[in-house]
Amino acid sequence: MPALSPAEHGIYDRHPVPAWIPAFAGMTTLRYLVARAIKSPVSIFYCLLQADITESLFLFLRILRFFAAMSPVNTKKPDILKRVLTISLLLLFLLLVAMLLGILMGSTPGGFKEAIQSLFGTRETGSMMDTIIWRIRFPRILLATLVGAALSLGGLVFQALLRNPLAEPYILGISSGSGIGAIFGILMGFSRFPGVGAMAFAGSMVTLLLLLVMSSGQTMIKKDSLLLSGVMVNAFCGALIMFLISITQDSRLHNIIFWLLGDLSMTDMGHVGILAVTIVPCFILLFWLSNSMNLLLMGKEMAQTMGVNIKVVTAILLIVTSFMVSATVSHCGPVGFVGLVMPHLLRLVFGPDHRVLVPACVLGGGTYMVLCDLLARTLPEQGEMPAGVITALIGAPLFIILLKRTGR
Amino acid sequence: MNTVIDTKKLSHSYGDVLVLKDLSLSIQKGDFFIIIGPNGSGKTTLMKVISGIEKSGKGRLEILGRPMRKYTRKTLARAISFVPQMVPVDFPFTVTELVLMGRSPHLGTLGLEQEKDIQIARQAMAFTGVEGLAHRKIDQLSGGERQRVFIARAICQEPQIMLLDEPTASLDLAHQVRVMDLMERLKQERGITIVMVSHDVNLAAMYGDRLLLLKEGQIVSMGLPEEVLTHNTLEEAYGCNLLVDESPLGKFQRVTLVPGKCIDSGMKKTDLK
Ligand SMILES: Nc1ncnc2c1ncn2[C@@H]1O[C@H](COP(=O)(O)OP(=O)(O)OP(=O)(O)O)[C@@H](O)[C@H]1O
Ligand SMILES: [Mg+2]
Repeated sequence: MPALSPAEHGIYDRHPVPAWIPAFAGMTTLRYLVARAIKSPVSIFYCLLQADITESLFLFLRILRFFAAMSPVNTKKPDILKRVLTISLLLLFLLLVAMLLGILMGSTPGGFKEAIQSLFGTRETGSMMDTIIWRIRFPRILLATLVGAALSLGGLVFQALLRNPLAEPYILGISSGSGIGAIFGILMGFSRFPGVGAMAFAGSMVTLLLLLVMSSGQTMIKKDSLLLSGVMVNAFCGALIMFLISITQDSRLHNIIFWLLGDLSMTDMGHVGILAVTIVPCFILLFWLSNSMNLLLMGKEMAQTMGVNIKVVTAILLIVTSFMVSATVSHCGPVGFVGLVMPHLLRLVFGPDHRVLVPACVLGGGTYMVLCDLLARTLPEQGEMPAGVITALIGAPLFIILLKRTGR
Repeated sequence: MNTVIDTKKLSHSYGDVLVLKDLSLSIQKGDFFIIIGPNGSGKTTLMKVISGIEKSGKGRLEILGRPMRKYTRKTLARAISFVPQMVPVDFPFTVTELVLMGRSPHLGTLGLEQEKDIQIARQAMAFTGVEGLAHRKIDQLSGGERQRVFIARAICQEPQIMLLDEPTASLDLAHQVRVMDLMERLKQERGITIVMVSHDVNLAAMYGDRLLLLKEGQIVSMGLPEEVLTHNTLEEAYGCNLLVDESPLGKFQRVTLVPGKCIDSGMKKTDLK
């Protein structure tokens, strides 16, 4: 049989470069030239950012369409690594844009221009804006990125492992479980790391075990019983948290309540660094297991006959994910529904291959959380609200839609 | 070495319930081996034990001359592929992606497929006639199409032994024959040993080189189709009146059901045991 290349045979159709890419590049260059003709480097940047809303919406839709064209429905390049890299780079770009927005915008009035000047060093250092940007906003944005990445990835892994599209650390009660652990840690006067973190991990492992025992029928983890168990675990943990709060009288109460709000504002570079060191290895480990997750989608028995060591893989996935989730919970409290929204959106756009979805969830989840946090900081007229409010406002309706769809 | 699957006094139980009792059988390389037997007789369980899904407690089991415990999941997956009775498909993989997953045991942990693997997947899809569905999503296929996709996936795994659990159960007449012919071709062209569970004794008579009739986890009869498919053996195993004669095609047995003549008391007797 003559060796046709895959493209010739039509297993993989190659996609032409969409026409809007050169068009948009041209438009941007033109804009840049105009801006340069007018003013200073700062204004160039400002000008590039100030693309009007219709244009950016158009761009966003085109980007999504471009991604969708690369999804396995219409397939694609033969090299999976190339595909992973392309998608990662695109999402990384989105993440950087979101981070930049997050740094430049905030509740400080009229600070946008100042922020740009401060960011690009065209202003004397040591100003108030400098402090706000580097001491407050920057660590906060990094924290949001890490938290969003870890929680989306957590959702992705649970959905694959439990073969349930509604699984998510928060909905399953794992977040609240590690929350209980963390509160115990705070009450015992531990420091945030490693004391509270370790307690949070212990709490999440206990709830996970409880959940698996409660929801396991004979051999199979059923969809409804899993969700119901999660609801019960959540209710129980909620009551326990209330109990702990009501018997606490001193200054630790303040700590707990602040933390409970699912809030990203209390952080500094030290904490962010610790969190990064603990969860970035988890990302790598999970990517390494991503093909096993693909095989797991066909059921445990099939995966076994295709060479997956189910016991080892399941154990690693459960432990690593709980570890990752409890690390984020111990830093910023339970933030809900992130693990539901991002995996579903990304799966819709890129298809179900986990080798693509794991890096996409890390980058896309980070982007999503940074944007949610930005909304939380800028929406209220005065002060700010916890980012958990925004993620719940977006995520809970989606949960209901998904629930209705899987019910059919 | 021509024995690819060899068992001695193999038993298996779920909890306290003994489902396979002291099975001793050997399957030769290049055989089309078909397992028949009433519901609940342990056919699926036997397949699961051979494919390593269930670990058997007692007895000896050797695959390709090596004892089962010497295999890792991956090395076993290179020797045996399995098409189960039902595969859940909740996630929208395309046919190509799914067939390509069959390459996993030959690849690293990340399963990064090369040009060669894509070739193999393409050939497997052509073999089962699903190349036209390459871009379709697996959850949008009919039962018969899906069955052929999963067979393509199993072929893509390039095993020496292929296990199939009732692959013809949800297929129309033409597709039943097509799948059986496919297996025959796999056996002849690639020397793959086929082990299949089937409820269709007539297909078994036509295609099987050797048959195994199981009942309550024990061997009722094993051997050539004309040795196994006799009137007395079948009636005893199924508890049901049957006619066995020669098919109009000649050289095969033909089994015909007789309506309204099930021996109910026979069924009850075995249930009580
Ligand atoms: N996971 C399990 N746990 C406990 N008992 C089981 C399990 N799987 C099967 N059994 C029991 O083992 C016996 C054999 O089941 P098996 O699935 O092997 O039968 P089978 O011959 O494949 O039947 P069928 O023709 O209906 O597919 C049955 O009595 C069944 O109830
Ligand atoms: Mg069966």
